[in-house]
Amino acid sequence: MKFLRNIFDNAHAKLNKSEKTKKLFPLVDSVDTLMFTPNHTTNGGAHIRDGIDLKRTMMFVILALIPCLLFGMYNVGLQHDLANSTIEWSSFDQFLYGLMKVLPFVVVSYGAGLGVEFIFAIKNGHAVQEGYLVSGMLIPLIMPIDTPLWMVAVSVVFAVVIGKEVFGGTGMNILNIALTARAFLFFAHPTSMSGNNVWISGFKEMKETGNLVDGVSGATPLGDLASFAQDQPAYSSLGGFIQDGHSFVEAMWGLYPGSIGESSVFPIMLGAIFLLLTGIASWRVMASFFAGGLVMALILNQFAGENAYMQLPAIHQLMYGGFLFGMVFMITDPVTAAQTTKGKFFYGFLAGFLGILIRVVNPAYPEGVMLAILIANVFAPLIDHMVISTNIKRRLKRVKIA
Amino acid sequence: MSKSIKIRKGLDIRIKGEAEKSSIEAPLSSTYAIKPTDFHGLIPKLLKKVGDHVKAGTPIFQDKYRDHIKYVSPVSGKIQEVKRGAKRKILEVIIEADKEISYEAGVPVDIASLDREAAKEALLAKGLWPFIKMRPIDVVANYTDTPKSIFISGFDSSPLAPDYDYLLYTRDKEFQAGVDILKKLTEGNVNLQLRVKGGADASFTQVKKVVTNKVSGPHPAGNVGPQIHQIDPINKGEVVWTVNAQDVAIIGRCLLTGRYDASKLVALTGSEATNRKYYRVIIGANASDVLNGNSNTDNVRYISGNVLTGAQIEADGYIGFYDSQLTVVPEGNEHKFFLTKGWLEPGFKKLSNNSAYPSKIFGPKKFDVDTNLNGEERAFVVTGEYEKVFPFDIYPVHLIKSVMINDIDSMEKLGIYEVAPEDFALCEFVCTSKINSQEIVREGLDVIHKECM
Repeated sequence: MKFLRNIFDNAHAKLNKSEKTKKLFPLVDSVDTLMFTPNHTTNGGAHIRDGIDLKRTMMFVILALIPCLLFGMYNVGLQHDLANSTIEWSSFDQFLYGLMKVLPFVVVSYGAGLGVEFIFAIKNGHAVQEGYLVSGMLIPLIMPIDTPLWMVAVSVVFAVVIGKEVFGGTGMNILNIALTARAFLFFAHPTSMSGNNVWISGFKEMKETGNLVDGVSGATPLGDLASFAQDQPAYSSLGGFIQDGHSFVEAMWGLYPGSIGESSVFPIMLGAIFLLLTGIASWRVMASFFAGGLVMALILNQFAGENAYMQLPAIHQLMYGGFLFGMVFMITDPVTAAQTTKGKFFYGFLAGFLGILIRVVNPAYPEGVMLAILIANVFAPLIDHMVISTNIKRRLKRVKIA
Repeated sequence: MSKSIKIRKGLDIRIKGEAEKSSIEAPLSSTYAIKPTDFHGLIPKLLKKVGDHVKAGTPIFQDKYRDHIKYVSPVSGKIQEVKRGAKRKILEVIIEADKEISYEAGVPVDIASLDREAAKEALLAKGLWPFIKMRPIDVVANYTDTPKSIFISGFDSSPLAPDYDYLLYTRDKEFQAGVDILKKLTEGNVNLQLRVKGGADASFTQVKKVVTNKVSGPHPAGNVGPQIHQIDPINKGEVVWTVNAQDVAIIGRCLLTGRYDASKLVALTGSEATNRKYYRVIIGANASDVLNGNSNTDNVRYISGNVLTGAQIEADGYIGFYDSQLTVVPEGNEHKFFLTKGWLEPGFKKLSNNSAYPSKIFGPKKFDVDTNLNGEERAFVVTGEYEKVFPFDIYPVHLIKSVMINDIDSMEKLGIYEVAPEDFALCEFVCTSKINSQEIVREGLDVIHKECM
């Protein structure tokens, strides 16, 4: 470790020599603080401090995302294999294919995002903050696999600059960065972000060359469900949909087309358990988000009538789309969530409730969860304001009683 | 009426280095100091010059704006030096002590016969007033106020805290006398808080004229802040006074004997200290008398007070006016490789209140800690962690943010009148973003003091 330490110390010494190179300090410092917890000691106030820091917190979220990432890689390969009539792969080959497809997303996401962060760090003369570490991993996982990489880069830059840096950087943003990136693409390039052609790797190509296996529509389960409200539904009834590989258990495993990391419940639950055990994510937000979605889905069940989509059992409904991924990794982002303990319950519930409502009632937006979380982000400060107002009133009342 | 309160939120920080319960008479120091910086917000006006001879109890300086409040010399001797800092601010007045202490002449005070004004006069005249602090603002009390109640905590729950039962052992008469005069100052109660569990010293259990409340729960259960909040909360415009238990005994002793005899026990604690015991010293003593050979000297930090709220001093610095503890901990000024000792280590031995470290469950009974910040300062990101250790019906993060933007109206609404910097010490300890919240709260209180009181 001495050897590494010397490299950094030398680099700092060299940078400090001239005013010009001093500006590059954040570059070296960021790598340095990544490799070594700095030698800063407490100065004023408490003389000892908790071992936790933002780097560890962020890194734990990334660790929680690893199962989703690995599953996503496998599923990308699997879906490609299933759709392509010319190939017959082993599971390992499927994974390798997925790896080759997904890795560029991760590289582009981190490259573009951290690039922007570095520019702002140098411009403002502060250290690079850790906020983007998690966003950078989330963004690939919520993209359809056939999204062009340049679009990913553009959306990342948009999200980091407009979503975060204009508000003052890490900890100051109002909207969830990863979802800002996705929403930007969703509205700027809808054809690359929705419909039936983007969820399987190389889908359009296979369609053109005729290699596509017959009957593969490329639709996500939510796409199929949404088609019940349209003129030509993919299935004649809900029963048909469920029997065709969409049972509850199959929904748990999630081996169907979808955004890269969000289709399977299993790895998401692994991440959820890890985040809850380590106390990184708020169980209050998660639980209330789930409750909100469940309540809305149950309400819709009551008014289903002839609408097959609304007949889908409530719990089954929640397994699809980004609902659970949003519950574990998106809504729990502490910066954009409500900050008060009570507020967290309202906040989570609101997001879950709206998520299912938007998804089912407006089939043009099967990804209602994304929009619902962004709406809840906007409402979070209002929720906090109301909670705090009641606290202020309660303590003012104390005077009158006494 | 006595109450029983339960503190649910908080954290007992278990670190190595408790003091053993036996006491040593520390030798008389060669120098003593009275430090204006111990009394926040004080602007001192010197009454003596360098070279002047003083006795124990002779006023050395007074509050420039509240000139009845005199700060007296703890020992007799010659004023050796007036140490000044930036803008000629007085940091320390150092007194070279005589071999034998001679006291200002005084007669025992008959407390029972005093009325409120006379009681105040007696405390002010004897230089005992600075022991009394007030909430809000957490500064030396105003003698023109009449507090709605007075709070004395009968135990200290902070890390490695001295045992108050030991400090007060056989001091029951002095403690009673101190309580007697405090009782004269308020129309309400003198509240004494003791732990629910475990017996307390007779000084506490036998004392009269107090309302004894029982407190249970983790630190900060022993701080007066949460105790006041639950028993007799402060609203805007109200004032509560607080006195340390050992200082009550000092007040009592000085009134009973008529002379300024400010000796007290100071616990030597911390993992780097050896021979950790209680030392009997006089207020303002030089730390080197206690540390003398009893501590590692290589790369350590000396703290007057506890690790959460104390002040850093030099090895030959002076023990703070209100402190009854001296802590020595290792400095953490080294780079720590991220996988072995740094931010991504497994963490079975790292002190943390966060479940991201397995030490929360599997850790040792007592932790080794150093003064490393364990990270860098960031904006607020993680939420809910302050609330876990802050036993007030107040939103701590929002209060801090209101101070940051200097919004007096919000500060008042969010409860700045009820808190003191020390109440935020645990918040500061657990903060992922390493924000110096005690400092921020202090700034807020200063603004309130200036603008609203």
